[in-house]
Amino acid sequence: MTGQITPAPDHATALPRTGRIGMLLQRSEAARGYSLLTPTLLIMTIGILVPFGILVTMSFWTQAGFGFDTALTTANYEKAAERPIYGALLTRSLKMSAMATIATVLLSYPMAYFVAFHVHRNKMMWIVLITLPFWTSYLLRVFAWKVVLGYEGVINSFLMTLGLIEAPLEFLLYSQSAVVITLAHAWAAFAILPMYVSLEKIDRSLLEAATDLGDGPMARFLRITLPLSMPGVISASLLIFIPTTGDYITPALLGGPDGAMIGNLIQKQFGAINDWPMGAALSIILMLSIGAIALGFMAATNFVRKRIS
Amino acid sequence: MTQNDAFISIRNVNKFFGKFQAIADVSIDIQHGEFFSLLGSSGCGKTTLLRMLAGFESPTSGEIYIDGQPMSDVPPHHRPVNMVFQSYAIFPHLNVRDNIAYGLRKQKLARAKRYEMVDEMLELIKLPDYGDRKANELSGGQRQRIALARSLILRPKVLLLDEPLGALDKQLREQMQLELRALQKTVGITFVFVTHDQEEALTLSDRIAVMAQGRDLQVDTPTRLYENPVNRDVASFIGTMNFFDGTVSAINDGIAKVDAVGLGEVRAGNVPSGLRPGQSVCLAVRPEKLTVSENAPEAGSNARGLLENAAYLGERSHYYVRVDGVSQPVAVSAQNRQRADGKAEDKRPVWLSWDENAFVVLEDG
Ligand SMILES: Nc1ncnc2c1ncn2[C@@H]1O[C@H](COP(=O)(O)OP(=O)(O)O)[C@@H](O)[C@H]1O
Ligand SMILES: [Mg+2]
Repeated sequence: MTGQITPAPDHATALPRTGRIGMLLQRSEAARGYSLLTPTLLIMTIGILVPFGILVTMSFWTQAGFGFDTALTTANYEKAAERPIYGALLTRSLKMSAMATIATVLLSYPMAYFVAFHVHRNKMMWIVLITLPFWTSYLLRVFAWKVVLGYEGVINSFLMTLGLIEAPLEFLLYSQSAVVITLAHAWAAFAILPMYVSLEKIDRSLLEAATDLGDGPMARFLRITLPLSMPGVISASLLIFIPTTGDYITPALLGGPDGAMIGNLIQKQFGAINDWPMGAALSIILMLSIGAIALGFMAATNFVRKRIS
Repeated sequence: MTQNDAFISIRNVNKFFGKFQAIADVSIDIQHGEFFSLLGSSGCGKTTLLRMLAGFESPTSGEIYIDGQPMSDVPPHHRPVNMVFQSYAIFPHLNVRDNIAYGLRKQKLARAKRYEMVDEMLELIKLPDYGDRKANELSGGQRQRIALARSLILRPKVLLLDEPLGALDKQLREQMQLELRALQKTVGITFVFVTHDQEEALTLSDRIAVMAQGRDLQVDTPTRLYENPVNRDVASFIGTMNFFDGTVSAINDGIAKVDAVGLGEVRAGNVPSGLRPGQSVCLAVRPEKLTVSENAPEAGSNARGLLENAAYLGERSHYYVRVDGVSQPVAVSAQNRQRADGKAEDKRPVWLSWDENAFVVLEDG
C-alpha cells in the first residue's frame, strides 16, 4: 500500500520539511488511516475486548462458595439449557423488546416522515424537540410513566372520573405492556433520527418521477419511499432491539413479576444470587441470541427489499 | 374547449411563487407530433412551465389543455404526459429493467409481456443486455437513455424533457441530439424540450418558444427565429446581431425603405403590420450577411467604416467595423475562401456592403 501517492520530485522541494514519520504518513494512505484509527482502536480494545474476554472466560468457571472454581467447564451453559426458567425469560425478553421495537418504529416513522417531508422551516428546532425527553434522566422518565400508568395514575383516574371504569385497570402497571410502552417512548428518538436521515436523503425528483409514471401516493410510498428509507428502519430497529433486550431498569421498576426480563436475572446473578459465572454465561447467551436475530433480520430485510423492487 | 385544434394549448398562464412572478401571461399552442422547444437563459421559467404541463405545479391563473382536455383538475399521475427529469431520477434501488418497467405495473400485464416490452425499449435506446445493471453502474448518457425509455414505454401523448442533455459532454451531447431527433420521428410523440442552448434548440426543433423573464417573446420555426426575430431580445439571444436605429422613409410592395444612422438608405425585406412612414424603428442584420472589402464595391448598398479589430478563426474571420453614428462596432463574419496571408489588418478604412434582403425591421423595441 505504500508509494501510491508519490509526489513528483520537483514538487518535493516545495513541500514543507517533514520528519520521517511525516514522510511516511504522506506516502502511505494505510499508515495515515491506522494512525487516525489508533485512539479508537485503543479504546475499543481496552473498553470492549478485554471485559468481553473476561466475561467469556468467567462463563466457563463455576461458583464455589465466595470464590471461583477456575477449572474450565460448560456446566453453566448446560444448566441454562436444562432449567426452563432461563429459556423462558430469554424468550420473553426477546419477545418484549421485539414488541417495543416494532411499536417504536411504527410510531416514529410517521414522525420522521413528517419532519423530513412536511416541515420546511425550522427543521433543526423539530429535531431538538424530538430529543427533548432525553434532557431528563432515564430514571425520571420511567418514574413519570409510573405516574401515568399507576393504579391512581393519570390514565386510571381519568377513566374513573369519566365513569368508564369502576376499578383501576391493573394491567397498566407492573405488566409487560407497561414495559413495552415505556421502552417505546424512551427509545423513540433513537428510532426517529436514523429514519429521518434516510428519508431526508431521498431525492425529491425520484418521488416526482414515480408520480409521473402513474403511481398514486400510496403506491409511490410502498415502491419508492419505503424501500429507500429501509436502511434507516433497519438501523433504528437494531438500535432499539439490541439494548432493550438486556435492559433491566425498566422491567424492574414497571414490569412486576410478569414483566421481568433476562436482564433482571443477570443482574441478580451478579448481586443477590452471587453466581458471577452463571451471570457471565447468561450474558454470553443473550449476546449470541441478539447477534443471531440481528443477522437474520438483516438477511430477511435484504431479501424482501430485493423482492419488492 | 380550446379555440383551435392545437394538441397542447397553454392559455394566458401566470405563475406566482409568493410575490415573485415566474411565468407571466404565457400563451403557446403546440401541434401534435411536434418537436417543440422552450429556449431561454437560466431562471426564465422554462422548468416551471414544463412542471405545470406535468402537473407538479399548478398555474396561478390561466388554463392548460392537452388533447382538448383542461388539465387543472387532473393530478400528475393521471395526465397523458411523461417527463424526463433534468437529473434523470433513475430509481437507485431498481435495476435497469425494473426502472424501465416501473410505469407498466398499472397495466396489469403478465411478467413475460412486460419484460418483452422492456427488451424492445432497450433495443430502441441501443442498450440491449443492460437489463440487469444497477442504476449506479451507468454512465450519464446511459442514464439519460433509460430515463427516456422509462417514459416512452408508456406511450405518452406528450414527452416533456427538461434539459436532458445538459449534463453530458459536448461530443455525447451532439450524438444524443441526433438520436433524440431520430427517436422522436420514429415514435411520433409530441416532444416538449427545454434547453438554454440555442444551437441545440435550432438543431432539434420544429418550433421554438424563446422565453425571457417568464414571458414568451416569440414562438416560431428555427429559420424564422434566426432570420426574422421580432425584437432585440430574441435577436440577440439567438446568434449575434447588429442593430441600427433608423426612420422609415417609404413602404412599397412589401419593402420598407429605412433611413438608417450611419448607413444611409437601407431596404428591409419585411414589413411588420402597422409600420408607417416616418416611424422610428430598429434595424437588424446578421454578421454573415455583411461583406467587408478594402476597395469600393462596384454595385449594391454600401457604407464606409474603420476596421477596428479582426479575429482569424481558421474557417472564418470576424471583423469589427466602426461606423460613424453607431455606438457598437459592427460585427461582420466572413468565410475565409482565400488563404489568409496573416497581415495585420486593423485600423484601416474599409467598405461594408450587403444584399437586398439582408436587413430586417424589428417589430418592437
Ligand atoms: N418552488 C419555487 N419557489 C420559489 N421560486 C421558484 C420555485 N421554482 C422556481 N422558482 C423561481 O422561478 C424562476 C424560474 O425558475 P425555473 O423555471 O426553474 O427556471 P429555468 O428552468 O428557466 O432555469 C427562478 O427565478 C426560480 O428562482
Ligand atoms: Mg430549469
